[in-house]
Amino acid sequence: MYAYDELDRTLINERVSEFRDQVKRRLSGELTEDEFKILRLQNGVYLQLHAYMFRVAIPYGTLSSKQMRRFAHVARRYDRGYGHFTTRQNIQFNWIKLAELPDALAELADVGIHAMQTSGNNMRNVTSDQWAGVAPGEVEDPRIWSEILRQHTTLHPEFSFLPRKFKIAITASEHDRAAIKIHDIGLRLHKNADGETGFEVLVGGGLGRTPFIAKTIKAFVHGRDILSYVEAILRVYNQYGRRDNIYKARIKILVHELGIEKFAKEVDEEWKLMGDVGLTLDHSAIEEVRSRFSYPAYEKLPHMPDELKQAAADPLFERWRKNSVAPHKVQGYSIVTLSLKPVGGPPGDATADQMDAVADLADKYSFGEIRVGHEQNLALPHVAKRDLPQLWRALDRLGLATPNVNLVTDIIACPGLDYCSLANARSIPIAQELTRRFANHDTADMIGRLHINISGCINACGHHHVGHIGILGVEKNGEEFYQITIGGRADENAQMGVLIGPAVPYAEVADVIEDIVEAYLALRDRPEELFVDTVKRLGVEPFKERVYATR
Amino acid sequence: MTSPLEQKKIRITGPSVVTANRTWDGAVVYRTADRGWSTALADAAIVGTSDDARALLAEGVADDVGAVGAYIAPVEVKEGGVVKPGNLREHIRSKGLTIDLLPA
Ligand code: HEM
Ligand code: SF4
Repeated sequence: MYAYDELDRTLINERVSEFRDQVKRRLSGELTEDEFKILRLQNGVYLQLHAYMFRVAIPYGTLSSKQMRRFAHVARRYDRGYGHFTTRQNIQFNWIKLAELPDALAELADVGIHAMQTSGNNMRNVTSDQWAGVAPGEVEDPRIWSEILRQHTTLHPEFSFLPRKFKIAITASEHDRAAIKIHDIGLRLHKNADGETGFEVLVGGGLGRTPFIAKTIKAFVHGRDILSYVEAILRVYNQYGRRDNIYKARIKILVHELGIEKFAKEVDEEWKLMGDVGLTLDHSAIEEVRSRFSYPAYEKLPHMPDELKQAAADPLFERWRKNSVAPHKVQGYSIVTLSLKPVGGPPGDATADQMDAVADLADKYSFGEIRVGHEQNLALPHVAKRDLPQLWRALDRLGLATPNVNLVTDIIACPGLDYCSLANARSIPIAQELTRRFANHDTADMIGRLHINISGCINACGHHHVGHIGILGVEKNGEEFYQITIGGRADENAQMGVLIGPAVPYAEVADVIEDIVEAYLALRDRPEELFVDTVKRLGVEPFKERVYATR
Repeated sequence: MTSPLEQKKIRITGPSVVTANRTWDGAVVYRTADRGWSTALADAAIVGTSDDARALLAEGVADDVGAVGAYIAPVEVKEGGVVKPGNLREHIRSKGLTIDLLPA
């Protein structure tokens, strides 16, 4: 967990009173919507189809049980009893009343939670691996660096009025769980030949209307220089970024237009020119942030406790364990993923009762700590293996033990036309139908790892470009249609999916996805060959044929 | 559904209403004939010509304290004067989510 200091608390509280005053002036008519919009966006407040939507940051996806209980309370008291965990380690409340927002914000501020920079053209929540600090083989805890960047960029004038929003993600593991290649800046922590810790720096990733995979501009930037290097990137962006055209304003367009070599050169020149601007991190500054992260007092526990051996006789437990439980860096402990993708449910939603219950389970089994990942699931990061059977029974009762993590029903979906005013088409009902079609967990297991991503419009909030199967809602003559891509991926080998053919109507999407999966099962050369690998080996043609031959 | 927030030229092809979100709570509201807002589509003032639509919209936009983001939306007027939303987007705004909140 991270302990906020006095400065953070003061800042957050001041922000609440400021916003309270702004809302008051808006409701009295002193401020017009035009004047107010930028102010509300700075506090994570959007207007959706039926209501205001309130987006709250969960820095690097780490939450305390106390904070989770507060989310439950806000969901119950100010909303309709549920919240939505997003792909960028935020939670969104969908039905908040503007008049009550300052109170909700104040209640969150009490537990160190805020909504600053969750919208608008600024530096957004710096995300990280949801297994940070507990994953085996990690270089070091990437959250230390997320926090350093968060502190430096929050409310910093240079990062508050960027040409467009700006997103950074950090990973410190070989397997990228933070999707760094689809971020404006992706940072990969690693050690150089001298054993020093630093970053591979990638820039220009992003999805939306013009998708790009981020490219490396520097193989190694020493940790102490990361702030000044990021600052140099931002300066080049601030200088050349296309403020004239919202569709060309993201850094990915600039990187694309200049070319990666030229962009890298510009950044290097800027970096040299800047010289020492007081951004070099000294050892004590880094250690100060490091010391604010506390780790549990782990016990010395056996690798294979009796409780686990006994529970292995239960096939339902075993299925869940194999699917949702991952190795921990400390012997005797595990990382447990809590699926927010129940069959028939809206992906990423949790009820207030579930949030409260997860908080209680975190207290009982995970040292009071909870994580949120970009796949819209939760995790308990420090569960003693001997507790796994009991935890499983409790999660199962709560509907949080669906053994589908990373499987076909672990769908990432944006809110789509059910909530979003920008949507072309619905996303959630498509996801729900797909989870029903693949509800049999044996079948899903047999299919293996398969990520489906759904967005309701080209803004790509559901990351459809990088789904193994991507589904994008479009509109044709007032009807909902969906374009389907296959072969995308969001991990260290990130790439865009390829369109398989003409868009299909709403009613046919689930059938088409079933056809694609059946084609894969027939085409894979062995059960271990993943869907994406089959697509890579054979291309889209055989899938296209299967889908369109009969349509 | 192309977002009506991008509405530029006003040219309507059938019966229409002016809709927006109520400022204090964000609820979906419709402009009424008596210069107010109502959460019920049945109360909406219905216009049939582009000029009337423009006038009703101007009136709605002017009441920035009451509601935000006013725009013109199509409706269908059924037998007996029953008013229905004219497209899926407006159907969802008027009737609510098309999904079950909780796992079925
Ligand atoms: C009211 C609801 C929402 C609105 C109006 C909205 C709007 C947008 C827009 C306009 C963009 C494109 C920005 C650009 O390309 O510069 C975008 C991107 C994005 N949104 Fe949303 N969004 C909403 C909800 C969500 C939700 C619920 C999630 C998570 C599940 C999400 C995650 C993202 C992500 C990850 C991107 C970045 C894609 C990229 O790399 O370009 N958004 N959103
Ligand atoms: S992808 Fe489009 S429809 Fe989905 S949440 Fe983002 S803006 Fe809305």
